[in-house]
Amino acid sequence: MYGKGLKPLSIAAVAMLALSLSLVFFYAPLDGDQGFIQKIFYLHVPLAITALVGFIAGGVFAVLHLRSGDRKWDAYSYVAIHISVIFGVAVLITGAIWAKASWGHWWVWDEPTLVSFLIVFLLYATYYPFRYAIEERDRQARYASVFAVTAGAFVPLNFMAVRMAQSLVHPRTFATAEGGMPGEMMLTFLCSLAAIGLLWTTLVKFELTAKSASGQVKRLRRAIDAPSSGTSRIAPEVS
Amino acid sequence: MTPSRTAFAAILAKDLRSELRTLQSLPAMALFAVTAFVIFRFGLDRTSLSGSLASGVLWTTLLFAAVLGVNRLFVAEREEGGFDAIRLAPIDRSALFAAKVAALLVYLGALELVAVPIFAVFFLDDGAGLGPLVAVLLLADLGLAATGTLISSMAVNSRARDLLVPLVLLPLAVPLMIAATGATEPLLALGGPSYHRFGSWLIVLGLYDLIFGLIGYAVFDFLLED
Repeated sequence: MYGKGLKPLSIAAVAMLALSLSLVFFYAPLDGDQGFIQKIFYLHVPLAITALVGFIAGGVFAVLHLRSGDRKWDAYSYVAIHISVIFGVAVLITGAIWAKASWGHWWVWDEPTLVSFLIVFLLYATYYPFRYAIEERDRQARYASVFAVTAGAFVPLNFMAVRMAQSLVHPRTFATAEGGMPGEMMLTFLCSLAAIGLLWTTLVKFELTAKSASGQVKRLRRAIDAPSSGTSRIAPEVS
Repeated sequence: MTPSRTAFAAILAKDLRSELRTLQSLPAMALFAVTAFVIFRFGLDRTSLSGSLASGVLWTTLLFAAVLGVNRLFVAEREEGGFDAIRLAPIDRSALFAAKVAALLVYLGALELVAVPIFAVFFLDDGAGLGPLVAVLLLADLGLAATGTLISSMAVNSRARDLLVPLVLLPLAVPLMIAATGATEPLLALGGPSYHRFGSWLIVLGLYDLIFGLIGYAVFDFLLED
């Protein structure tokens, strides 16, 4: 059920990634100030945007779960947060590489966006111990949703507080009215964003499919053990 | 249906009375804070503090001491079946949230009533900044009480109660701490208090209180279901 459309989606994600990478290396102009290292921007920024949007999406799914009580939404919320946390690791690593190359240090505390992202990442990293410390499954799903809603609201607030606390060093890529970027760069960036977004969607769908399959297997096993109590609902299970 | 205000007052009074009789949280919080000051005195090797060091030491200590209180906030409900009683009672569940926030607010206020003067005696050269500090303390306590109550009510029903509260509460409290230390730092600056960006930090604190107060109020019902 959940596997439907997985193959075309994966192919589209791979094709888009290949397209955006070739644009990054062969089409986009070299940056005047930073040179070649600036190209990590096409990876770092889309990853960060996708991860943050994924965290917010996890919060939205959690709201749907709390409102409807349907366990499907809890699985969506869990998977969205899970993949976004993985993307978050990549954001922090690419950000550190970029910081080392352009400012000479692996970590720069004066850099509000990187620091805010770290705090958000730390909060979401506690999602796992939090979730799995609760044994009863309904309660686990409900509490995890409450966590996801709270953390989703925390993201913009945190960015505001950190930005206020620090001087502005981070490149404000889109700050100027003219866009601050030549058209080729903008096109490449948008392609990369689409590619990373597709990759995120594919991974989410993939994990949901896997969870749905393993949930189904579990239910079938249970049905074999106790033939009368078999339910045939196909919903992904988080375990 | 009992009016929410009555339920709120009853739960708050119950909490405060049981704390006064058992003294489970408050003495531990205060003792922890004073000990932490002593450790900072040797850890930093400073006998007087000002500016960012002073606000950092003060807020780190208060936050960690608050974690102790947050940890114990719902223990009685859990161990003595209070959650079931609340579920059975004909009251709005948000009354429990509001009462617990108020109780935690009282604990934090009492903690600060002890810890802040001791901090001033230990480390500060003059106490001129302590007056406006009260506003920062109040707003930060409100936010801490809202998030603390929310996290505590969830953590108390898990296997790893004492572990989860600091783990989840500390990252959640980071924006609060940024704003609180930002507002406190110029107040405790060497050579008298100044009010650099004081107002905008208070606005951030107020925004934090508002957002997490509303979220707690909105989601608390789901935490009591079963």
